[in-house]
Amino acid sequence: MSNQHLNNEDHNNHEGNDQHKQTFISKYVFSMDHKMIAKQFLITGIIMGCLGVLMSMVFRLQLAFPDTPFPFMENFMGHWAKDGRLDPSFYLALITIHGTIMVFYVLTAGLSGTFSNLLIPLQIGARDMASPLFNMLSYWFFLLSSLVLVSSLFVDGGPASSGWTIYPPLSALPTAISGSGMGMTLWLIAIILFVVSSLLGGVNYIATVINMRTLGMKMTRLPLTVWSFLLTAILGLLSFPVLLGAGLLLIFDRSFGTSFYLSDIPADLAGGIERVGGSPILFQHLFWFLGHPEVYIIILPALGITSEVLATNARKPIFGYRAMIGSMIAIAVLSFVVWGHHMFVTGMNPFLGSVFVLGTLIIAVPSAVKTFNYLATLWKGNLRLTPAMLFAIGLVSFFISGGLTGLFLGNAALDINLHDTYFVVAHFHIVMGSAAIFGMMSGIYHWYPKMFGRMMNSTLGYLHFWITFIAAYCVFFPMHFMGLAGVPRRYYAITAYDQFDVFVNMNVFITIAALIGGAAQLIFLFNFFYSIRKGKKAEQNPWESNTLEWTTPVERIHGNWPGEIPHVYRWPYDYSKPGALTDFIPQNIPDEGQTDPLEETKPPVHA
Amino acid sequence: MSDTTSITSDPAKEPVEQKALWGGGRSPFTISYGKFMMWIFLLSDTFTFSALLIGYGFTRHSFEGNTVTPWPTPDQVFNHFPFLHGMHLPLIFVSVMTFILMFSSVTMGFAVEAGHRMAKKEVSFYMLLTILGGIGFLGCMAWEWAQFINGTEAGKMLADGSVFHGANLHLNEYGPTAFADLFFIVTGFHGVHVLSGIIINSTIYINVLKGTYEKRGHYEMVEKVGLYWHFVDLVWVFVFTFFYLI
Repeated sequence: MSNQHLNNEDHNNHEGNDQHKQTFISKYVFSMDHKMIAKQFLITGIIMGCLGVLMSMVFRLQLAFPDTPFPFMENFMGHWAKDGRLDPSFYLALITIHGTIMVFYVLTAGLSGTFSNLLIPLQIGARDMASPLFNMLSYWFFLLSSLVLVSSLFVDGGPASSGWTIYPPLSALPTAISGSGMGMTLWLIAIILFVVSSLLGGVNYIATVINMRTLGMKMTRLPLTVWSFLLTAILGLLSFPVLLGAGLLLIFDRSFGTSFYLSDIPADLAGGIERVGGSPILFQHLFWFLGHPEVYIIILPALGITSEVLATNARKPIFGYRAMIGSMIAIAVLSFVVWGHHMFVTGMNPFLGSVFVLGTLIIAVPSAVKTFNYLATLWKGNLRLTPAMLFAIGLVSFFISGGLTGLFLGNAALDINLHDTYFVVAHFHIVMGSAAIFGMMSGIYHWYPKMFGRMMNSTLGYLHFWITFIAAYCVFFPMHFMGLAGVPRRYYAITAYDQFDVFVNMNVFITIAALIGGAAQLIFLFNFFYSIRKGKKAEQNPWESNTLEWTTPVERIHGNWPGEIPHVYRWPYDYSKPGALTDFIPQNIPDEGQTDPLEETKPPVHA
Repeated sequence: MSDTTSITSDPAKEPVEQKALWGGGRSPFTISYGKFMMWIFLLSDTFTFSALLIGYGFTRHSFEGNTVTPWPTPDQVFNHFPFLHGMHLPLIFVSVMTFILMFSSVTMGFAVEAGHRMAKKEVSFYMLLTILGGIGFLGCMAWEWAQFINGTEAGKMLADGSVFHGANLHLNEYGPTAFADLFFIVTGFHGVHVLSGIIINSTIYINVLKGTYEKRGHYEMVEKVGLYWHFVDLVWVFVFTFFYLI
């Protein structure tokens, strides 16, 4: 047996472009086509996103008008909103599930699940993923996980309520608060299913990018999107298992009476078993070992999409291609050694704290490299302000304004004051929430023609962008001031403290902005679903882009290319190349006289 | 080699330049995606075990200098051997267990090597030995757990005057609750891996007997489960070190 034999099998097992008969079930439901799985991820992510956004609307109403009843809420929330007044314990449940949904279900699975699946095979020139079966299973575990999480909304005691970070003891003792019972158990089951889904997806993405690139697609010719998906998959693969380990111990604490995370809890408070000897800090360490890479799992794909969309629509090569790859690798590596900056107030040794401060602040360097490269890409570009381009620029804006507040929070001395205030809420909703959502939106508008063969309406896209962009800043920017004044996060109401009375009007302002921003998403939803059937038919390469996905036919056939897979002769950013006849040269076009795909193309000819 | 392949030359026949290795159209590590995915999965699983073992280290460290409930010495806890009741034989039994598991790794290696030579008989023989080794290890583990759970005659005096023998998840006679908890969860999690390894190995064994891989022309599946089996053994080395030696 030779390795070569296996090698060929790899590249051939999806060849042949077999147009075998597909039933409705095998085409739309249990599909193994990466493009269909991407759409399944996207639509599930959008549905979960709607749920998460609606929850935020409910608790924003509560925060702005703590004394006003909203009788309509009783219609769909029942006893959680008796007489239209939100139940305080349900408020905690709402913020917990809002966080969980947005972080894991929308911005992890919805974002990288969608675009890794769609773009990795198309952009590297492969017929499908390395293992289409694993890919399908990855989606079904994700869907199952989503259903378990949603079902936890309906159980006795309500869903998990100890915040999306589920710190013990609230999460470890089933009798601690109302959401600590069945709701918390379902949360843990949902997350374990999610980890399985992420593992199946991750091994697939990595194996596909490493093994299945078409001839000529060197690692230094990969579009930055693919680099970002590769690094995201590696991060997920190494950090989610730690959450799995942490969750396993937590399940034993909850259900089998162990005390890994509990100490000094008398028997009558903990199901008749005295809990001694454990430490809740252990859980925080394990959780944040996942939790910090997780924020890069969220933002890296968004940054990759932005790189691609900015270069295409600025009609310029991305500035500093290799620096972009280097800074993404640096961010990925550093993300594993800075988790302690979430735990500065746990009584950590100040020396250890200073090590985490150092690591955290160093991340600002590659992040700044990326930001300046984006700006340099835009500089003197021939900008085509498509909706996708606007969302990508929006991401850059959020990445800057949210990233700067990261410098405050990464510094232990400042963080001890700002910890658990609205400053933190403002920071991560801008840099991780809004920025990643904008990256995702940018990706949806840009690759919609590839997914559905039709274009989304641009006018509605502009409307969606401007309202969302302004609303997001109006919602999250004022929160910095509240946080600096000490307003704590996760409080049901802040009316009990006289010194916070000055923020009453600000809270109303934020809520109105949030409602407007939330309503703007209806424009997007309408545009998205309307265009699937009624949108303008897409051309093959509507954005005049260089990457391989635009060389596939609009019909999106199984196997991606009708004939042979194209070879790649150049990097993906030959836009406006001096001396070239057109302002873009797709990756599969050789230079004059270039026969070997591994050869480098001629340098630009400056007049 | 099929005509539709995107590989222009046959890299097995001509030496490949380092540059071309990563140039696309071939696997840079010259391994199939399946084996590569197994490696990635094992890397991921390493982190799960690391989380548990770090949790162990963290908890154990917090008992340093604790004189009320000191962390027990393994020599005093794991000193039993079947049929040799009452003798103090520290770590002898666990050494036997470890030897069985290590030996099953050796036979797995032989099976993989025989697979390269397409020697079906040998593959099936060594696979069988590997499976038996795995079952033997699990059997030993069951005895070890039973011994641990039933405890010694001495037991531990509780606050209410009664004597408690052995261990469960809430209480144990050996030391802090966390000691038994961690012992159960970490060796248990490893045991689940061994069990799934036995199931996977048995499936592959049946396929070997049926001649599935002979028809396929290669025994790569044996190699893949071999990777998993070696990994499970390697993890045991760490579990053994942390729970029995340190």
